[in-house]
Amino acid sequence: MPEPASTEPAATATEAPLLETTALTRHFRIGGLRGRVLHAVDSVDLRIDEREIVALVGESGSGKSTIARLLAMLYKPTSGTIRFRGSPVADLKARSDLLAYRGQVPMVFQDPFSSLNPAHTVSYAMMRGLKLHQPALTRREREAEAERVLETVGLVPARQSLVKYPHEMSGGQRQRVNFAQALSYRPKLVLADEPVSMLDVSIRVGLLNLMARLRDDEGVSVLFITHDIASARYVSDRVVVMYAGHVVETGPTDEVLHSPVHPYTQLLLSAVPDPRAPIAISSADAGGPPRVIDPGEGCRFRWRCPLAVQACSQVTPRLRPSSAGHEAACHVTAP
Amino acid sequence: MASPILDVREISVEYLSRGEPARAVDQVSFELMPGEFLGVVGESGCGKSTLLFAIVQLLRAPAVITGGEVIFKGTNMVQMSEKVLRAIRWRDYSIVMQSAMNALNPVTTIGAQYADALRAHQKISKEAILDRSRQVFELVGIDPVHLGSFPHQLSGGMRQRAMIAMALLFSPELIVMDEPTSALDVVAQRALMVQIKELQRELGFAVIFVTHDMSLVSHFSDRLAVMYAGQFAELGATSSVFADPMHPYTAGLLDAFPSVYGPKVYLDGIPGAPPDLANPPRTCRFLARCPKAMTICAGPAPEFYELAGRRVRCFLHDPAGGSDA
Amino acid sequence: MSLREGLDRLMTGTSGNLARAVAGNKKALTGLTLLLIFAFMAIFPGLLAHDNPNAEIYPRSAAPSASHLLGTTSYGQDIFSQWVFGTRESLFLAIVVGGLATVLSVLIGVTAAYRGGVVDVALSLFTDVFLVIPAFPLVVVIAAYSKNGGNSILIAVLVVTGWSYGARQLRSQALSLRNRDFLAAARVRGERQWRIIVFEILPTMTSLIVANFLGAAVYAVLAAAGLQFIGLGNPDGMSWGTMLFWAENNEALQAGSPLWAIMPGIAIAALGGAFALLNYAFDEIGNPSLRPVRRARG
Repeated sequence: MPEPASTEPAATATEAPLLETTALTRHFRIGGLRGRVLHAVDSVDLRIDEREIVALVGESGSGKSTIARLLAMLYKPTSGTIRFRGSPVADLKARSDLLAYRGQVPMVFQDPFSSLNPAHTVSYAMMRGLKLHQPALTRREREAEAERVLETVGLVPARQSLVKYPHEMSGGQRQRVNFAQALSYRPKLVLADEPVSMLDVSIRVGLLNLMARLRDDEGVSVLFITHDIASARYVSDRVVVMYAGHVVETGPTDEVLHSPVHPYTQLLLSAVPDPRAPIAISSADAGGPPRVIDPGEGCRFRWRCPLAVQACSQVTPRLRPSSAGHEAACHVTAP
Repeated sequence: MASPILDVREISVEYLSRGEPARAVDQVSFELMPGEFLGVVGESGCGKSTLLFAIVQLLRAPAVITGGEVIFKGTNMVQMSEKVLRAIRWRDYSIVMQSAMNALNPVTTIGAQYADALRAHQKISKEAILDRSRQVFELVGIDPVHLGSFPHQLSGGMRQRAMIAMALLFSPELIVMDEPTSALDVVAQRALMVQIKELQRELGFAVIFVTHDMSLVSHFSDRLAVMYAGQFAELGATSSVFADPMHPYTAGLLDAFPSVYGPKVYLDGIPGAPPDLANPPRTCRFLARCPKAMTICAGPAPEFYELAGRRVRCFLHDPAGGSDA
Repeated sequence: MSLREGLDRLMTGTSGNLARAVAGNKKALTGLTLLLIFAFMAIFPGLLAHDNPNAEIYPRSAAPSASHLLGTTSYGQDIFSQWVFGTRESLFLAIVVGGLATVLSVLIGVTAAYRGGVVDVALSLFTDVFLVIPAFPLVVVIAAYSKNGGNSILIAVLVVTGWSYGARQLRSQALSLRNRDFLAAARVRGERQWRIIVFEILPTMTSLIVANFLGAAVYAVLAAAGLQFIGLGNPDGMSWGTMLFWAENNEALQAGSPLWAIMPGIAIAALGGAFALLNYAFDEIGNPSLRPVRRARG
């Protein structure tokens, strides 16, 4: 049933998160006679409140995309729970319940060139989504709503965009269509999986501004998954840093980026090329894929960490508070 | 006074199609001195990769060079036969591509590929091949044991370095690179760039580095060319371009990067899209998106003006006229 | 969305591209022209041939003349009439067999690819069995045991032996589409699986499906002619294959009525060729690198 776009003011941030995960884990069996297991996501506690943008930052192999797919119910967790508004998502069995969840937590994909079906117009995609998630509307009302959200995301005039095919639009325009689709469901939380990584730089900022508007004007939370710290800083309220399937640091964005605690966060920050920052050639950490196949106990960053001590290879560090709302998982810097 | 190693004059490239041909590169000219690091930045569709491939004569149908010259070490490469090109390719200049997995043969070892490349240009003994292969591996910091590895057995960063090593086999004087770091993560990117710069200082080759990531190249290039809609919008010393961008597109591009350390400000980016290169406007190509457009901009397009060692294609900096409102 | 709307969507997506592509391709135009000529002959045979093709009333084994353009058979039938009227059955067989075989290929191939797992293994095994069975001997055996079944047996046999190759192809293509984001996006949107297969996957595969149909049609034309020629079709029917059968039985080539055998032979080749030309053209059209997509990121 259609709800007004702006919700009541959020309860105090410490109560009733919009979405939270507890020890969320996802493993994949990969081939080989030894039956090896890929630990894509291990024991992740995540929390997203109303009207906030949380940036999930990490490199490829960190598990951030897997988290998005777990939250979108494209994968089932190997263990752990996901709670949306207090109720476990695993309890949703009836088709109507699942559909309701999908309307509340839609996803925007990374690649604007493959996330829209090339055989269908924008109108088809929008109308399908509305048919599924706002079934009470008449056809006229659906058309009006489709136009409204297209204009909200900046595709003006909406009528023109509705009749276009994906190949007639630029990457930026396609991503706006994707956001419009998500918005038309009147969601509470949009999962945005690297929504700007494949767009030109001059266009990215426009979409980041759009996400901020969604939070401010439409009351929608966004889980913004990215590998680009600068974009994370520009638009997010809180940041969660992941490495090799684990959360290594989390807290208010400005706080974490200003005073990073975990060595990986520090490494990431030092490696970001910023034309306005003074030229600093950092030490030659060659990077390298994180070890997620049968990793065993212990901190997964220890092979690259300049501060590693013996405890790091024996015990997996847990997130511990370092200051208000700021946590890090490191035996050395956050014991 | 050294003479330029590469002199590109009015090079134009068109993509032939059933309709109007699209001019991806429109009369681009520049010079490159020996040992110089030139960065070419631009967004998708600006023609930077096409320009690169035109310079090294690796364009494929439907792309065709329709005008201009590429004078490399005194000879015009556009007119060279494939036979002559093959002789100097890899020896005098080499190419590093965007993805090692596209450039390296997945079914032979790295060492075997180096051997192929070496043998293609000269009679060379097995020991000499091994020697040189080890040498280039050392230059880029890979353990020589990996000469026997297949490309998929190396990590992404190592593969890219193996490609760079391959480009160094004959100590060429010019290496062109097409976004060689875009497939890597931030940390590996930084490490690779540092490595490239060190190699360049050590061995003295010139580099043309094409990328869409301005901030990445900013710390490493001597000069920077900003490309838009098939033309150079601005060309000058990197530090000058960054400190004082002359073309509104350059300024807009710099502003489109949210900063990690600086103050948090609302950014606009550059709304709009580049013009259709099959039917480019007669006016300045950036007019539709330019925040500083003047009345004169509605007339014929500006030239590539020269001021104090920098060049810019914008009426704001026309040395002849004043700036009209 | 109603079924009609759904079908509309299926057609509008790519038909603009198709029309343009066909018009610009010489092979496609030739094939299409031939096909249209044959279609005309099949639908309006009376306009072209004025004699009853079955009537055995004319002078026997007559040479071509003004009243009998291709001469007469040794039974006294007008060859030209037979030839024109025979188009209908031959074309009908090609289209029906092509269509049914394609439907089977699509159902089995795409389902196998999308469902994956056990379903895929089972369906692929099933497909492989039919792929490996030598079609013509099988067809001969089945048809021989079921004589006088008329054309329905012929159609059934050809469909059963003709669907497996297409199923392989379609499965491969569907597999390559499986990880495209728009399918994941459809799932996240909450679409049911059957809707995803019919409205998301199939529309992007129309070129390959049409190409499959054309290939199956070629197979049908030639295999049907072959079976009819050796007498396993319906000998009382009126098609080019049966013409060949009767011509052979009466030693037409030696007995001085060569056109009785040659003309149906040419027609069979031409119809098969028409489908084949269109097939080549669709290969070219279906190749995504020829599609007019401009990847502007802005």
